[in-house]
Amino acid sequence: MFKIIGKENLASNIRLLKIYAPQIAKKAKPGQFVVLMPDENSERIPLTLADWDREESTITLIFQEVGFTTKKLAKLSIGDCISHILGPLGKPTEIKFFGRIILIGGGVGIAEILPLIKAFKEKNNYILTILGARTKELLILEEKIRKFSDEFYITTDDGSYGRKGFVTDILKEKLYQDKDFQLVYAIGPVLMMKEISKITNPFGIKTLVSLNPIMVDATGMCGSCRIKVRERTLFACVDGPEFDADEVDFDELQKRLSLFKDEEKLINSYGA
Amino acid sequence: MGRKEPKKRNPQDRLNNFLEVSLGFTDEEAKEEATRCLNCKNPACVKGCPVNIDIPEFIQLIKEGKRKEALLKIKEKNTLPAICGRVCPQEEQCEKLCILAKNNQPINIGALERYAADYELLFGSLDSKKKDTSPVKVAVVGSGPAGLSCAGELAKMGYMVVIFESLHKAGGVLTYGIPEFRLPKRIVEHEIDYIKSLGVEIRLDTLIGLTYTINDLFNEDFKAIFVATGAGLPQFLGIEGENINRVYSANEFLTRINLMQAHKFPQYNTPISLGKTVAVIGGGNVALDCARVAKRLGKEVILIYRRTEKEMPARIEEIKNAKEENIQFLFLTQPVRILADEESKVKAIECIKMRLGPLDDTGRQKPIPIEGSNFIINVDTVIVAIGQNPNPLIPRLTPELKTNPDGTIIVDENLATSIKGVFAGGDIVTGSDTVISAMGAGKRAAYFIDRYIKNEH
Repeated sequence: MFKIIGKENLASNIRLLKIYAPQIAKKAKPGQFVVLMPDENSERIPLTLADWDREESTITLIFQEVGFTTKKLAKLSIGDCISHILGPLGKPTEIKFFGRIILIGGGVGIAEILPLIKAFKEKNNYILTILGARTKELLILEEKIRKFSDEFYITTDDGSYGRKGFVTDILKEKLYQDKDFQLVYAIGPVLMMKEISKITNPFGIKTLVSLNPIMVDATGMCGSCRIKVRERTLFACVDGPEFDADEVDFDELQKRLSLFKDEEKLINSYGA
Repeated sequence: MGRKEPKKRNPQDRLNNFLEVSLGFTDEEAKEEATRCLNCKNPACVKGCPVNIDIPEFIQLIKEGKRKEALLKIKEKNTLPAICGRVCPQEEQCEKLCILAKNNQPINIGALERYAADYELLFGSLDSKKKDTSPVKVAVVGSGPAGLSCAGELAKMGYMVVIFESLHKAGGVLTYGIPEFRLPKRIVEHEIDYIKSLGVEIRLDTLIGLTYTINDLFNEDFKAIFVATGAGLPQFLGIEGENINRVYSANEFLTRINLMQAHKFPQYNTPISLGKTVAVIGGGNVALDCARVAKRLGKEVILIYRRTEKEMPARIEEIKNAKEENIQFLFLTQPVRILADEESKVKAIECIKMRLGPLDDTGRQKPIPIEGSNFIINVDTVIVAIGQNPNPLIPRLTPELKTNPDGTIIVDENLATSIKGVFAGGDIVTGSDTVISAMGAGKRAAYFIDRYIKNEH
């Protein structure tokens, strides 16, 4: 059992949980995730580690209430326990000095940018950050991420904050002005990552994405999370979750994420 | 007097539930079958048993009506008899060597083992002898059959044993893989409780390699480590359309049902999306398990196998059960492509007819595609059950651990790996094999670990 020791509402449907999990906190590295079950009847869902504190023995998870299980998780309060958390999982991100890096976070994907930006900054990289949200109210972690950024941009779909439009608008502009970047790292909706890949590809800039497909065991056993990467099938849980954006079949990933949409409707009508 | 088979649940009574198919022997049936045993002076059956159970002796005890004593006799050699009695391929092991097998009437050793073992389920657990444990700690990685039997043996020797399991429930393939109707979960739970009663601690939600490395375990003062992580990596066909929605690996399908209880969705929150007609690809026990699970979920099921029934690696008994349950078999057929509908769900599978050619290195006739014989079957779910590779996680995260090109861990005759103090056994060493051979390996590993620790410390 894993006890919740902190909870915050970051936006109307985005929650932060701080959880006592000493061993995961001890081993966590940027880019890794956990799989958890809020209770014994739950499904197993993957969530990327947004933060951890080895001294406090805690991990921080940030998630959007999108499905039944994230809604269930959101109902838990400080003092409650999460039945099962397995982690840290997946290959960690290679953290080193690249030079100039563009970090892009979209929606709740911004949470996953946090450990990366801290680690990249520690290695003295120059960091240009672009955060995107549908609307101002849904923009999370602005100040925490801004303080590690050398340049910082915000877009909202509706123009309620920052620039009206998409993260890709700013990315395009910046790259046309100055293509001296050694890495673009993007985390967010599949469509966003796909569009970013299309933009960076002609510039030949290494572009990494972190994928979040459906998983069950998350230890390489079930193959639910298979991703087509350069015509080869890989498992996001053990071969990822980070992949080279140029090589990922995003259309297939998007389709695979829709596998349980009918079941999702059914369970939501059944009531969280 | 011929060989006795335990009664089975009627096929029509199996279809909407997961109740165990075999009903097991009654006292009378067990005694009657036990009476057939010739009590050979040089019992060949014992040599066929990977853990060398004293088979004639326990059968003699059943004959005398001493069911409890029979169980104790089995337990001298086998820690998990209720499981072995159900899932061992006795026809290829002990029963194959029974002198009466010459007339095709071998003693039904499996059913007798199960009968003895079920004593505990009916009348409560026998006293387990929890020894005073020494402070010497041994880590076991994986709580499947190899891990459980190794842990049980080591605990009996007095070691302080901790099993590390990545899933939220113990049992490995016994829990996530083999379905309820073949191996009821209460039996698995009972056997796991027994292992715990010997003093073994099971730590769930712990993935060795990531949550702790092998080195971390040594640093936490474990004197030896047994790696028994099994053959968990699913193989796919490598054909077009394999990532279409509703194409599942056998592991995913079975895990969603057996472990996550997806058939009780939404009370259990894990979903499964199946259409009306399910194609299962493969001819082994796992393929049959998938087919029979799908049937119980109300689906039409077609099992597609590239050779003929004769070459199927599955147990004959289970093939018979599947036929009784109206699973359709399509032999000499190989899928070449999976087709999707506009929602990117499976709508059909294209196959090619095969013929059998010369013998291959497995000693079976090699299937060869018949050119131009392609045809399409309309199905809306595909389950790929063509085998599993060794789980790559620990070798990948532990570079000093030497592996073969196929991913299995290299061990010497003492089951020792290339890292001092690290032993390995079960499917991670042999590739996909039976529950009992994994248990046998676990037991042998316990012996070698004990010897290693005594020499070293």
